[in-house]
Amino acid sequence: MTDVTIIGAGVMGLCAARALLDRGATVTLIDRHGDIGPHACSWWAGGMLAPFCEGETAEEPVVRLGQEAADWWDAQTDAVHRCGTLVVSPARDHTELARFARRTSGHRAVTGTEISTLEPDLGTSFAKGLLFETEAHLAPRRAMADLRQSLLRDGLKTIQDDADPQHYAAHGLTLDCRGYSARDALPNLRGVKGEMLILSCPDVTLNRPVRLLHPRVPIYIVPRGNGIFMLGATMIEGAAGSHVTARALLELLSAAYALNPAFGQAEVIEIGVDNRPAFADNLPRIARDGNLIRLNGLFRHGFLLAPAMARMAAELIFDTKTPEVMHENPA
Amino acid sequence: MRDFYGTQLKNGLMLGTAQYPSPAILASAFAQSEASVATVSLRRESGQNRAGQDFWELIRQLNVHILPNTAGCHSVKEAVTTAHMAREVFDTKWIKLEVIGEEDTLQPDVFGLVEAARILTEDGFQVFPYTTEDLVVAERLLHAGCEVLMPWGAPIGSGLGLNNVFGLRAMRAHFPDTPLVIDAGLGLPSQATQAMELGYDAILLNTAVAKAGDPAAMARAFALALQAGRLGAGADPMEPRDMAAPSTPVIGKAFLE
Repeated sequence: MTDVTIIGAGVMGLCAARALLDRGATVTLIDRHGDIGPHACSWWAGGMLAPFCEGETAEEPVVRLGQEAADWWDAQTDAVHRCGTLVVSPARDHTELARFARRTSGHRAVTGTEISTLEPDLGTSFAKGLLFETEAHLAPRRAMADLRQSLLRDGLKTIQDDADPQHYAAHGLTLDCRGYSARDALPNLRGVKGEMLILSCPDVTLNRPVRLLHPRVPIYIVPRGNGIFMLGATMIEGAAGSHVTARALLELLSAAYALNPAFGQAEVIEIGVDNRPAFADNLPRIARDGNLIRLNGLFRHGFLLAPAMARMAAELIFDTKTPEVMHENPA
Repeated sequence: MRDFYGTQLKNGLMLGTAQYPSPAILASAFAQSEASVATVSLRRESGQNRAGQDFWELIRQLNVHILPNTAGCHSVKEAVTTAHMAREVFDTKWIKLEVIGEEDTLQPDVFGLVEAARILTEDGFQVFPYTTEDLVVAERLLHAGCEVLMPWGAPIGSGLGLNNVFGLRAMRAHFPDTPLVIDAGLGLPSQATQAMELGYDAILLNTAVAKAGDPAAMARAFALALQAGRLGAGADPMEPRDMAAPSTPVIGKAFLE
């Protein structure tokens, strides 16, 4: 029987716990806050399982490994919706749409008529778009709660403690899944600030995530059901503040308003801000130092890449198979 | 090459650091282009704490001159505050001064620009003002203490190239001793060549490289284009003329009829 301690109960820690329990390990999950909450990056995730769209700027492994995510999450929770992603741009920015199409795969062009059939509440504002039919989205907080419940049923032990991974590694196999909090051990990890809003807007119905391309302020809006939407997200390098700036609010809300003026009536029910943990190439890494395995750098791809990262960590432990994202010395 | 506040640059390529897919790609664009200056835009929310420092550390590791800028500032006060923050963060007197006057074209507010340039110069900064090709404004900037001028080629991020070649040529002729940099609007390497052929000292660009499908290759292309333009301009190019001038002599050719 393999005993594993996982530190960090965000999306990476939970997915790793699932993969290791499935392989017969005894797993203890330690988090300084006990349970998932606003302190965790994954609490503020968009929940888009959109590997092809991410290919616009992300490297190839994100597109390939991310394709495991929708099936994986579907097996854990009923919070997954497989309705694709719709990408649109205002008429004056159609060159942005053409570029997005050139740099991604897995899409087909849709006309204005098709857009109003797919998303009646977008009306006739958009003459062109791209539909990524195989993509999915999920409600992150519900998905994590469901996963946590099923892990507890399957024998996961949890402890609330501000744990030092080194301390646990001295006693047995330990996974460090602390995200940006692990920066002390991973000096090359950087934080990329993200700001997002949760809106209540019962007047609008969307069936799938919609990305609005814009040369200055690209946004996405993800329907959570019951008139709730997640609106995101800024990406700011070198930002320090732990609060949302007025400018970010203005930009995000104006873009939502451009998508559908009915969002002008929305109530802002939550404002989120956090630092996405990322390495210089924005790709995740698994690093091993004896008994201590660190999984980090998931950047804006937590829900998209955590399943593949968890699988690779399990393969490393049980099959001694070196993961493709292995870095002997990520620091 | 003219120097920039006493600093001789190894080449005239100034490259921005925003909008790249990742810092790793940014670093490879710098390596491929051998750019001598990195411009960095600072937001007011940037600061000295740890998360704010991560990205600046990556920029420092590029090992090039750092030219912080006041991108996105709309008032003199905002630009001056941002410049002071930049001096703290990067420990340099250099500041690329941007005071935006119009939201759609992002063209400079030249009145605010002159005012901010005066304040910052008096405060010990070495100002690189982002301006238009207007000669009178340029004169005022020099009076305010600027020793470098950075006229736009076209609106920021537009990729339209050199929109007013006449104006840019006039600027070069009026200020033969001032280092001149084409700042903003370049989209293609050929436009960088043209800037060098006009006798400009440097170009500053960001979007054309960062948003290219292969930023590192585009960065290299701009570096080569710059070299081509400089070599060509220094080789005393021929004058254009209306009449054809055959390169092989006509006289003495055999009659075939």
